[in-house]
Amino acid sequence: MVLSLSVKEVRRALSARGSLLLVRSVEGIKYGEVVEVVLPNGDSRVGQVIDVGKDVSIIQVFGGVSEINVDSIRVRFKGETLKIPVSLDMFGRIFDGLGNPIDNGPRIIPEDWLDVNGAPLNPAMREPPSEFIETGVSAIDALFSIVRGQKLPIFSGAGLPHNRIAAQIVRQATVRGKEERFAVVFAAIGVTYEEAYFFIESLKKAKNVENVISFINTASSPVIERIAVPRVALTTAEFLAWKHDVHVLVIMSDMTNYAEALRELSAAREEVPGRRGYPGYMYTDLATIYERAGKVAGKKGSVTQMPILTMPDDDITHPIPDLTGYITEGQIVLSRDMFRKGIYPPVDVLLSLSRLMKDGIGPGKTREDHYQVFMQMIAAYTEGQYLRELSAIIGAESLSERDRKYLNFADLFERKFVNQGENERRDIETTLDLGWEVLSVLPEEELKLISIENIQKYHPKYRSSVGISVAADAQTS
Amino acid sequence: MLVRGKILRISGPLIVAEGMEGSMVYEVVLVGEERLIGEVIGLQGDRAFIQVYEDTSGLRVGEPVEGTGGLLSAELGPGLVGRVYDGLQRPLSVIGELYGAFVGRGVKLPALSRDAKWFFVRSGVKAGDKIEGGSILGYVQETPILLHKIMVPPGISGVLKELAPDGDYTIEETIAVIDVGGGRREEVRLASKWPIRKPRPYKTRLEPVEPLITGTRVLDMMFPIARGGKAAVPGGFGSGKTVLMHTLTKWSRTQVNIFVGCGERGNEMADALHSFRKLTDPASGRPLSEKAIFIANTSNMPVAARETSVFLGVTIGEYFRDMGYDVLMVADSTSRWAEAMREISARLEEMPGDEGFPAYLGSRLAEFYERSGRVVTLGNPERVGSLTILGAVSPPGADFSEPVTTNTLRYIGALLALDVSLANRRHFPAINWLLSYSRYVETVARWWERDFKNWLKLRYEALRILQRESELMELVRLVGPEALPDPDKLLLDVAKMIREDFLQQSAYHPIDAYSSPEKTVLMLDIIIKFYEEASRTLSEGVPLAKIREAPVISRIARMKEVRNEEFRKVYEDIVKNIDDYFRKLRAGGSGGS
Repeated sequence: MVLSLSVKEVRRALSARGSLLLVRSVEGIKYGEVVEVVLPNGDSRVGQVIDVGKDVSIIQVFGGVSEINVDSIRVRFKGETLKIPVSLDMFGRIFDGLGNPIDNGPRIIPEDWLDVNGAPLNPAMREPPSEFIETGVSAIDALFSIVRGQKLPIFSGAGLPHNRIAAQIVRQATVRGKEERFAVVFAAIGVTYEEAYFFIESLKKAKNVENVISFINTASSPVIERIAVPRVALTTAEFLAWKHDVHVLVIMSDMTNYAEALRELSAAREEVPGRRGYPGYMYTDLATIYERAGKVAGKKGSVTQMPILTMPDDDITHPIPDLTGYITEGQIVLSRDMFRKGIYPPVDVLLSLSRLMKDGIGPGKTREDHYQVFMQMIAAYTEGQYLRELSAIIGAESLSERDRKYLNFADLFERKFVNQGENERRDIETTLDLGWEVLSVLPEEELKLISIENIQKYHPKYRSSVGISVAADAQTS
Repeated sequence: MLVRGKILRISGPLIVAEGMEGSMVYEVVLVGEERLIGEVIGLQGDRAFIQVYEDTSGLRVGEPVEGTGGLLSAELGPGLVGRVYDGLQRPLSVIGELYGAFVGRGVKLPALSRDAKWFFVRSGVKAGDKIEGGSILGYVQETPILLHKIMVPPGISGVLKELAPDGDYTIEETIAVIDVGGGRREEVRLASKWPIRKPRPYKTRLEPVEPLITGTRVLDMMFPIARGGKAAVPGGFGSGKTVLMHTLTKWSRTQVNIFVGCGERGNEMADALHSFRKLTDPASGRPLSEKAIFIANTSNMPVAARETSVFLGVTIGEYFRDMGYDVLMVADSTSRWAEAMREISARLEEMPGDEGFPAYLGSRLAEFYERSGRVVTLGNPERVGSLTILGAVSPPGADFSEPVTTNTLRYIGALLALDVSLANRRHFPAINWLLSYSRYVETVARWWERDFKNWLKLRYEALRILQRESELMELVRLVGPEALPDPDKLLLDVAKMIREDFLQQSAYHPIDAYSSPEKTVLMLDIIIKFYEEASRTLSEGVPLAKIREAPVISRIARMKEVRNEEFRKVYEDIVKNIDDYFRKLRAGGSGGS
């Protein structure tokens, strides 16, 4: 921030509540400008003007208003919107939610100052994302493939291993046929210290990750700062992607804490609440975060987002996952049932979805049979799930031979295909071949969604070398 | 004299200004030193409440607010087609070329190119002819598949004094002079303006009796939309709403399609833009982008402009309707527009209605949907045009009892209810056949029955089977399928056939994506024929197992993949197969089992 010579200053506030300060307006206050709230002991906090009136203006204080005495503070208006310093020196560093270093390292010498709100990407200049990211996780690669520039959240529940899955994805992700590495920007939003530490450590160890930049707001940091963390992280990511041609993966955990902070702020402003007390503009607000992903025509870099959120009470219709799902391009949903069965990663295959998958798979990208194998596995698993419910009521004995094969398929699909080791990396060919092995327990004429050519090319029956292990397993189970 | 006031308060997209006596509601104003575009939405004394269509960060109290005396208007003329606009009709692709990848503030660019020359051909009207609003002066071949008719703007009538000769003109050059009486003359150019909130006039409204052929079987056969009709597509996230909206915009048999992406995803908009350039129109074989117009206000673009994007789309739709064309306008999603209304309303501190939405939500939705219709247009020669509106609704938590869905249902003629549980089973398009309805069935049946006598009968039979299936499934959940009598088991088989082999349709399969009317009817005809023959055979004592072995079943399962033009031949062959197989079963089976 360039210090201007004529700093506007107000000597006292009218009132303080929640994280808001009401001050008497002075001439020329700008909507959205940054203020510095200076306490008598010399400490200062950053705030932002969120409402400007002729007499009174409202300031949102990122550090919270604790210890603020309305009579003895000074509020300095900076004349600019919230900007952060960015530079390539940020690689490997750890910052707080407003971009200040907290790793005892030196200050950042800025290459540029960027507005944390960014500017909306012109939809006519976007390039449709289509580069398949191989994560090495079978369920993800085969059934909800991720592409560069996508925003794909993990919908988790309390106690489910979303952090381990996200860390595995980061460790293993590559774009096929390319040696490029990528950078990870990690935003910890109101998570515990251990969670944040787990991430930073596991990211450091990942060989394919060029560098990690972390922004940490832990559960004990000021709540209001959570409004800023994702924006600061994304501004850094955009700087790397659009200015320095870096492929950036942004992980934000946990977006539920962000939404809670938004609700708290909205309540403090006495706004008319929407569903479950969340503000009516929460969709728009979340969109200004999630939409900052993509690819741009004529630029080499990309921003891919993987936000993590915990669904309160595992309820996918709760406003936070619901609004997120309306904005993001699919979702990976974790299932408590699968978790209890001991399956890792415990993904809910039927609720999970990648909207950009179709552009990233197929001949030349993954394999020609990918789409058909995916559709067939989902269809067969759906049938298997239905028959499971049915057999729970009427007993497996009343099912036909065909139905029992579907039950067997559903079990194998979960145990052999979805289930894999936390350090196990399967390339897409291995994953699809495994899919074929599992599918081969069904009668061939049931594979209606796969073309005859692909069956003859890939079905284990027509390939001699593979397909023994699972088929043998199927006999015994 | 134009009004000049001062900013008094700034709260997000809402501005209060004082010193605004003399301004009118919906007047366009220029806000602040950057002259951001805003619209007056309320007046109180000398104070004006203004919604600003651009980001308001950095504005200060005391900055000027200038009236323009005009209403927010669309620029209508050659050059619209193939373009991408934002909610203020700024050409996004041109902005991208000039200013880079990000949309800045205060950018002012005309909607239509001022330099482009269009070859104007006269229609045959001559100087001295009496002429009125809507009359056609001539034509511009805008794209190989779109003939842009140059009309006298509504409200102007008189005697044609001068008409320019055939030749190249820019949109600003005068091509006609009309003596409107009283010594006044009006000049007509290739382009004109029309306020977006005001419906364009027409002569008479007609009943929507022609179906809008969409190439999507579940719509054309089960829940048809009429040309000039209006339909809503509510669906929770992941129910395939956007894919369905894209599919309908791509394949519907219309002359002009308008796609409004209102508060939705940027990547999806990019995908739509790219695929419209690649895909070809089934009727003409030309790129779909030669008949499409895009309005993109993605979810991270200024909130207030969602409203203008919807009304801008409708206005452009009416303009092409007035040329005598069939136009489809798709708005994805109207819920985001309603949310923008809620946000502005809350900042105005209005009394909230249901779930915080303003009390005028219903009437605002009505203003939008009521602009659809099939009409006789103004002017000569007499022509009929239609504007069909399809609105996506994104109900929170897929709960259809929320205010936007319930208010929308009051005004629409067809409901295409998307069902997340169908989508989770990968049944696409995930249109729930038990919840959806169309009020156009009886009126469009006449059109269908000119070529396909049994259209209505097939439709009712298929829906009856599906309805019965849902009743039987409740039973199956208690006692298992084996406990059902054979005729019911057969019905379940056929219901599955209808669902999987007819209703399910892949938007990405090169052949299956567009199903011609003939193919659609014949496909269902085959399934119903199979059911009739199988039922008859079963009733004559042939065991169900024999029926289930019919080799034709696997042919039925793959009939989607048959090309539209080859379908008639395949149909005859499959029907013969069905007849032969069941005749043989009946002949040999009655004694044998």
